Amino acid sequence: MVVRNCREVKVRELRFLGVWEGPSDFVELTLENPGWEGYRPGQFAMLRPKHWGLELSWGRPFSISRADEESVTFFFQVVGRGTERLTRLLPGDEVIVWGPLGNGFSAPEETPTLLLAGGMGIAPFRGYIERHPTPEFLRLVFAHRAGIDSYPYQMMKDKVRAEAIHEKTPDDLPTIIERIEAEVAGAHGGLVLACGPLPFLKTIQQAAKLHQVRAELSLERSMACGVGACLGCVCKDGQDKHVQVCARGPVFKADDVHL
Amino acid sequence: MDLRVEFAGLVLKNPIITASGTFGFGLEFMNFGDLKRLGGIVVKGLSLKPREGNPMPRIVETPCGMLNAIGIQNPGVEAFVRDKLPLLPWRETAIIANLYACSAQEFGDLTGVLAGEEGVAALEVNVSCPNVQSGGAAFGQDPAQITKVTEEVKKRAVGKPVIVKLSPNVTDIALCARAAEAGGADAVSLINTLLGMAVDIRTRKPRLANVVGGLSGPAIKPVALRCVHQVCRAVKIPVIGIGGIVSAEDALEFILVGASAVQVGTANFIRPDMAFRMVDDLPRTMLKARAQTIAELKGSLELP
Repeated sequence: MVVRNCREVKVRELRFLGVWEGPSDFVELTLENPGWEGYRPGQFAMLRPKHWGLELSWGRPFSISRADEESVTFFFQVVGRGTERLTRLLPGDEVIVWGPLGNGFSAPEETPTLLLAGGMGIAPFRGYIERHPTPEFLRLVFAHRAGIDSYPYQMMKDKVRAEAIHEKTPDDLPTIIERIEAEVAGAHGGLVLACGPLPFLKTIQQAAKLHQVRAELSLERSMACGVGACLGCVCKDGQDKHVQVCARGPVFKADDVHL
Repeated sequence: MDLRVEFAGLVLKNPIITASGTFGFGLEFMNFGDLKRLGGIVVKGLSLKPREGNPMPRIVETPCGMLNAIGIQNPGVEAFVRDKLPLLPWRETAIIANLYACSAQEFGDLTGVLAGEEGVAALEVNVSCPNVQSGGAAFGQDPAQITKVTEEVKKRAVGKPVIVKLSPNVTDIALCARAAEAGGADAVSLINTLLGMAVDIRTRKPRLANVVGGLSGPAIKPVALRCVHQVCRAVKIPVIGIGGIVSAEDALEFILVGASAVQVGTANFIRPDMAFRMVDDLPRTMLKARAQTIAELKGSLELP
């Protein structure tokens, strides 16, 4: 069951603590603690540095990678003007943040749960693993293109059973798809949680339907408001109705979303 | 300091109103500020029947602005009255319904549903839709059609103030404002978005599924200010200024050229508490303009 988050959401101005720039434009950004210890992994936040001025009109949505008493961390790839400028923050800079937003992944106790991450889609699972009540029931399968050192994979592998599959060339793709399909089929009776690029999610959705496996998919969208007002980030739900990814997702049951 | 404004039979505690399509039904922003502190809220455009809106992608960020082609996705007027309106603080803040229809008859029917609702303070008519009965040209581009639609809404509004929201995609917006005035409008609001487009050279496709969309944000503020200035000199009815307002200072610029109030739109995306912050900033910004009341600022622009 996808449980809605009921915690109070506020706009906060948070001090920038640091950034780790990995290979291939992967970035881990850390801000001071917004008091989100109770967030639900899979939820996201909108970020906008205070000094951005007016050139960029929107904040930027990022999945919350992890949060504790000291800080909150976001993991993303530099893909455009906003993400590029986020890497140039300096210590002491303030970032306007609103969140945690949207729903999150289910985290049932003592349920075999397969985490399927594609590339940057690994972000929410870091916090998921850290705060799961029964992590021994989790297994992570991580498909990635960039070198494994670009991702926070090793620290996750230390905590749960995990395997990484490297897509070195496009020729590797069919094998990886087959592997993902087999993983979903093998998860029958348990739960599959997925976050990654659209074709990756489509593969998982189809396999989940075919093998009748309970699955939840986290979607990615450009967003303007992040709070359900602008209707710029919609997708179609199981009834073919437009729903906001920010407010009704970003995590959807695999059989209740049209990809 | 007196922030109150009165116009078209409305009394607002301040001139800051949130613009249609940028503030949902208001409820989405309850976490970010007290809705009762706003001068007013114009809700998401309402149609007689629910609308699914346009396909994705629907929004594009552009320098100092954005393009949108949402297509008036909304749950329909009846769902609004039933599910949203009772949750809004309509006794304390003016809730303005924004009406979208594709024929004069439909505008009339939509008005009929809302006219009896105590919680609705006024009606704002969106004339930017294509008129299905006259070849698809937007109502808002034909002064005769603006008059006709205004009359139709006014006829069934049972005394509720009718505000006509004008499009800037016309040769002479003052002419359109006069057409609304002639139809009996109690006020006009302007400007709606400017028609624009964005292209992706890698995919060789338009960035909006609808190909074209409405440009909003600070990029359009000078155009909006010019339009409001012209319209204020052309009509006797009150004018609500809209277009790229992101600060209390911007709001006062529109009031100086003659606006009775302003609407804040795209700024709500810069940060979701923006409209509330603008209300907070108004008193100190008025000091900068050496004013104690909004009334004394209104239309006090000194022309050379």
